[in-house]
Amino acid sequence: METKMDDLSTLWVYLSASPIMSIMVTLAAFLVATRINRLAGGSAFLHPVIVAIALIVAFLTLIDMNYQQYFEGAQFIHFLLGPATVALAVPLYDHLERVKQMFWPLIIACVSGIITAAVSTIAIVVGMGGSRETVLSLTPKSVTSPIAMGIAEKIGGYPSLTAGLVLVTGAIGCVLGPLMFKALKINDHSVQGFTMGLAAHGFGTAQSFTVSSVAGAFAGLAMGLTGMLSAFILPLVVRFLGV
Amino acid sequence: MLFGFLVLLFCQFLGELAVRYLDWPFPGPVVGMVLLLIGLIINGGVPQGVRQASEGLLTYLALLFVPAGVGLMVHYKLIAADGLVIATALVLSTAVTLLVTGVLLNKLAAKHIDKEPESGNQNG
Repeated sequence: METKMDDLSTLWVYLSASPIMSIMVTLAAFLVATRINRLAGGSAFLHPVIVAIALIVAFLTLIDMNYQQYFEGAQFIHFLLGPATVALAVPLYDHLERVKQMFWPLIIACVSGIITAAVSTIAIVVGMGGSRETVLSLTPKSVTSPIAMGIAEKIGGYPSLTAGLVLVTGAIGCVLGPLMFKALKINDHSVQGFTMGLAAHGFGTAQSFTVSSVAGAFAGLAMGLTGMLSAFILPLVVRFLGV
Repeated sequence: MLFGFLVLLFCQFLGELAVRYLDWPFPGPVVGMVLLLIGLIINGGVPQGVRQASEGLLTYLALLFVPAGVGLMVHYKLIAADGLVIATALVLSTAVTLLVTGVLLNKLAAKHIDKEPESGNQNG
């Protein structure tokens, strides 16, 4: 009996050290989260990514596994974010003519959006008395997570906190975006997509692809452009405002 | 499909190399995206395999953010201390950003865009 228990715990140690656990838990949590989201009528308040994260955090706490152990396995899913970012070139190519026609409006809207996002964030956090680390970790919140983490590190925030807050921002953008487009009578899919990609990066892009491929392509463009321009603009904004 | 995936990885690889070598402040995959776009323009079309691989990955884009997001659990103390400030800033600033960008682009690009709701599946 005792050897059987020993065998079981050895097996458990082996399984939790292998990537299979983390990958299974991540996929299962995402599937359950998608189902919950569908039951809730597709409400962006219960964004599948946020629900999946909550489920996984609860599960890891329950089985007493820390984030480093989890990520050792989950990094195989995380890795695919790289090729997926490259893949955004395909929808962009499909809608290249439209992008060319709108080139300068897109650039001007992008720079204005980046500065609005950064300055409003800094003003609100400083105004409400948040800590300096909070300000600097929040500033790149609208930037796609790999770039946001790099910017946070550069200006003095916590990269891993930024990564999480970027995701929450994305979910908030998915809730607010469609409501605002309706209220402001913004009906064009290219404008909707670009706005979502700028304010809500990958989340906005993923959501825009479910609206139409034009919206998705412009969202992907906005996400890439915002990321690249932010890497230059945000350190300057932070220095200029003397945060 | 396999060929397409290899193309995506190769573009990312070139992007990572360029970023390391030239010490640019952006991540390799974003440079890889620009390289693939240039490649597609030169090629004058999207090879079947590349389209399949790209559509496959983009269908599950949201799932790929989950592992990084679980990292929030590491910072629960700071989040607990500054929670209200963080929540207010995220909601208000995201609303203002959507407003400014959407309205501005809608005005600036007025002659290129549709004023009426577009057809397309709205089940998002």
